[in-house]
Formats: sequence, C-alpha cells, structure tokens
Amino acid sequence: MSIQPWNAAIAEDVIAALRDEPGPVLIALQALQDKFGFVHDDAHQLIADAFNVSRAEVFGVFTYYHDLKSEPQIGPSVKICAAEACQAVGCDSLIADAEKAGIEVEKAYCFGNCALGPAAMVGDRLIGRATLEKLK
Amino acid sequence: MKIFIPGDSAAQSVGSDLVAVAIAAEAAKRNLDITIVRNGTRGALWLEPLVEIERDGKRIGYSNVSSDDAAAVLDGTYPSIGELDSFEWLTKQDRVTYKRVGIIDPLSISDYEAHGGFVGLAKAQKMSKADIVAEVTESGLRGRGGAGFPAGIKWKTVMEASADQKYICCNADEGDSGTFADRILMEGDPFTLIEGMAIAALAVGATKGFIYIRSEYPAAISKLKQAIEIAKPKLGDFELKVRAGAGSYVCGEETAMLESLEGKRGVVRAKPPLPALEGLFGKPTVINNVLTLASVPEILASGAAAYKARGVGRSLGTQVFQLAGNIKQGGIVETGFGITLDELVNGYGAGTLTGKPIRAIQVGGPLGAYFGKDKLQTSADYESMIEAGGMLGHGGIVVFDESVNLAKQARFAMEFCSIESCGKCTPCRIGSTRGVETIDLIISGKDVAKNKELLLDLCEVMTEGSLCAMGGLTPMPVKSALNNFPEDFDGGK
Repeated sequence: MSIQPWNAAIAEDVIAALRDEPGPVLIALQALQDKFGFVHDDAHQLIADAFNVSRAEVFGVFTYYHDLKSEPQIGPSVKICAAEACQAVGCDSLIADAEKAGIEVEKAYCFGNCALGPAAMVGDRLIGRATLEKLK
Repeated sequence: MKIFIPGDSAAQSVGSDLVAVAIAAEAAKRNLDITIVRNGTRGALWLEPLVEIERDGKRIGYSNVSSDDAAAVLDGTYPSIGELDSFEWLTKQDRVTYKRVGIIDPLSISDYEAHGGFVGLAKAQKMSKADIVAEVTESGLRGRGGAGFPAGIKWKTVMEASADQKYICCNADEGDSGTFADRILMEGDPFTLIEGMAIAALAVGATKGFIYIRSEYPAAISKLKQAIEIAKPKLGDFELKVRAGAGSYVCGEETAMLESLEGKRGVVRAKPPLPALEGLFGKPTVINNVLTLASVPEILASGAAAYKARGVGRSLGTQVFQLAGNIKQGGIVETGFGITLDELVNGYGAGTLTGKPIRAIQVGGPLGAYFGKDKLQTSADYESMIEAGGMLGHGGIVVFDESVNLAKQARFAMEFCSIESCGKCTPCRIGSTRGVETIDLIISGKDVAKNKELLLDLCEVMTEGSLCAMGGLTPMPVKSALNNFPEDFDGGK
C-alpha cells in the first residue's frame, strides 16, 4: 500500500470504516498512519468526534505508542535491535558504525530474530547477521 | 519435484527469498517441473536458508544456500546435510506443539489435515465444556508465556463465569529478547494456533477471539489474517480477529494488552479483578500465550496422559526452548521439561558463535536471571529455575561469551525498564531511572559499597511494590548479575 499525502476527507472515510469495531481509537490511529505515513494533528479531533471520546483521550493513546509518528517519515527507516540477544553478538558496535557512516538509526528492541543477530529492519525488510554493508 | 524454501522471517532475513527466485529461474531454464513450497523454518536457524528437495518421498536438505548456488543445488553437486528425517539435531527433539512447523505449507489446510490437524477440534466438538477443561487440566499444561499458571484452572474460571459475552485472547506480543518461538509457529503453522483458540472457545463458551500480535512481526500478522480467512468454515460461530500492537513492550503484560485491545493506552491494570472474570471490555476472558493455545490441539488429539508423560515434577509436557544470542547452533529446541541448561546451550547449541568460552546466559527474557557456568547443570523446568534464583519464562536462552560485562547488562535491564515502563506505578517508573543512575555510580567507582546497598534496597522496593512483572522482575537480572558476577561491579578496580 503506497503512502498518500494527508487529506482530511480521506481520513474521515478511514475512520468511518472502523465505526463497528470494538475499541476503535488505536486501530484508527494505526490505519491513518498506514495510509499517510504519520498521524496528522488534525486527526485527533476527527477520531474524537467519530467515536465520542475526548481529544485528550485520543492524544493520550497517540503519545503512548512508539510506533505512532506525528511527522511524515523520510525514506525507509533503519532500525537496529539493541536488546540482549543482539548485544551478545555486537549490536552496539554495529549501531556506532552505522551512525558514523551517516545512517540515521532507530534503536529497536527485538525483531524475534535472536538466533541470527545482530538483527535490523530496513523499511519492512528484516536483516539477519546484519553488517554495515547489508544496511546500505 | 517439490522444493521447500522457507518463507519464514528468519530465513528471509538471510536471503531465502532470493534463493527461491534463483531456483525458480534455474528450473525454468532447464524445463524442470518443480513446485516451490514456502514452508516455515525447521528451527535449525544456523542452517538457513535451508533448502529441501523431495525425491521419492524423502526430503534432502541443503544448508546455507545463497542465490548463486541454485544451479549446484539442482545439479545435486551442492553439499547436502542428508535427509531431514534423520538429521539428529531435529530427530532427538520431542516435537509436539511444533510437530508440523517446517514440514507443511503454512497456509495449506489440506496439508494441515494430512498431518493431524483439526483432530483435536473434532474431538472437542463432541465433548462437553467441562470435559474439555478437565482434559486440559489433566494434561498439566501451564502458561507458556512465562508465568506458568495452570491453563485448565484459568479456563475453568472463565467457563463457570456467567456473562452474555466471553472472549479468548491470544497474547502474541512476544517482546522478550531471545524469544521467537511464537513468531516461528505463527508463520510456520498458523492453523494450530487457530485450532487451539477454537477449542478454548468451545470449552468456555466464548464466541469472540483476538490475537494480539506485536507490530514488529508483520509477516506473522499477515499469515494469521490469511489463515483465519481460510479456516473460517471450521470455526462455526467463533469470530476471530488479529490486532496489531503499536510498539509497546509492556503490552505483553496481560492486562496492558487488554487495555490496548480496547484501543486505550497500554497501561497495566490492578488485579483483582482477574481477567478471567472481568477481562476484555469487562467480560470473562481467557488470555493465553501462543504456545499454550497451540499445545491444546495435540493434547485433545492424543490425550492428556500422553502429554503429561513428558516433563518432570510439576512441569509437564514439552517446552519450546529458544537458543539465541552468541550461539553457534541457534534455534528452536522442543523437548520435555527437565533437560539441563548445559545440554541446551552446549549440546544443541554447540557453544558460542565466536568460539570463545561461555561466560553468562540469560534465561527467560530481559526479566530473567543471568547465570554463570556454575548454574549450567540446572534442570530447565519451572521449579528448578526458581530454586536457582531465576525463572524459565518463555524458554528463551541468550548466550554471552567472555566479552560480556554484567554491570553493563544490569544497567541495560534498568534502562530498558525506564524506556518501556507504562508509568502507572512509581517503583517501576521512577525506580528504573534511579537504578540506571545508581549503577552508573557503581561503574564509575563512586561509593561502591554504599551504592550497591542502595541498589539492593531499590530492587526490593521494585520487586515488592510494582503492579506487574515489568517493574517487579527487572530486579532479577540486576540482582543475579550482582550476585553471580560480583567482579564486574567492583567500580573499575
């Protein structure tokens, strides 16, 4: 699914389609992020109106989850696992090397690829036995 | 000719998709009539990409294949590891929950049924609720998510609760580093989980279910969504949905998961009330881990007695162990409880990847204890692990060689808790930050004795005063590191 520029009318449709889902606030935020690549500030009020909750509640949910972003993301994200199993095979030096090479790295905690670490995720692609070469 | 090339995330992470493309192209060039099956991984992860070619009903394995090797694999000149059915690393395991993983096409329901699928559900459909619950209780099955609570007792509580709606929730928020058995099962044999949930639904009278999968597992999310569509005719009036997490570790705690499923901040709830009585949307809810639910079909199919014949003491049945970190032969080892840690990491695991001696292992995820070599003879079962000052958790074992510094690992445990704390209770929210600061003082050599005492005091407050396992168990890796590796905490002396 390709990412579209923010559009309030489309956002309202996305939200309306989730009307019958139980506990819809989080899945609405996720659906908007899938559609637009981020959650526009204006979306909080749209969700609040659609599901009869306060904007503060929507904002609270939005800020709680690491995945949800308030700004458009540029380029595929590079995430490197920084948890124990990857530490055991040198993820710390991989992260340092990647940063030195000018790659913007987001630390993540476990992709479930712990026997083939260090693990990294570039966009949606999981990389095992990650090296600087494989990240580029 | 059938060729199996794993489509599992772990195999993909080391290039199995490219191998599949290359083999398909090479076969087309030669006008070979082949069918490529994207099976799950067998769990021998150091062999991936592990290509299997089926000839005369035998599956011959070729390990660590790259896309350049396509011609050699089809020629038969690529070195083979032999027939998978006699590959010792696999044959000496006791695969029960994992019996179909890596063998079948994950989304082929006919494959699933040909390998014993839906036998358990068919039996359950002819049984009373109480009989199903009794069978699960009798099997000795305990929660595989880490807490080890008897599944049958939980189910009985939900069965006996009266309500207009009950739920089955599968906790697939496998956030612990060193654990990946839930993911591999969901990607490699998703129908087993669905069947287990359908049986749970029959047993307690639930008509709705959710599988909460962490967003870091996109392939598992997509596999399960497809599998649910395919399995729908088998599910009767049981309505099953997949919900994706949003990057919060603490949502693996069952009550935080419920909050998240309700669309709220994933903040931990106080217990009681128990989720079995007031769970999702305030209704009686069974919450079980992936492996707990996925063990149920086989328990119903082969009977409780066969299941509980495995294991030791009160840890009955099999555990799906995961060998991770700095390990030569990492992957999935399913076997009865009671195997020693040494047999796992030095036997199956063949020691470290770097070839250096093992210095520490962490068992049971980020909240589990760090053990030194002196604890390797410990039996891997719930009770023995507690006796040794740790916990079995979800069965993940992370191996470290001698380059590890345990003060740094202890600091990371506190740091991770401070990043992922939901913020509801003070010991976890504030204690973890204070823990990082105190360990920093110890590492830099400031008032080491006094700060160690302070750290232990802090650990006690967190253990006793936190609402859930996040704050309550973070002291376990910290204290075990301090107790088992005191030489790393001497302030740089």
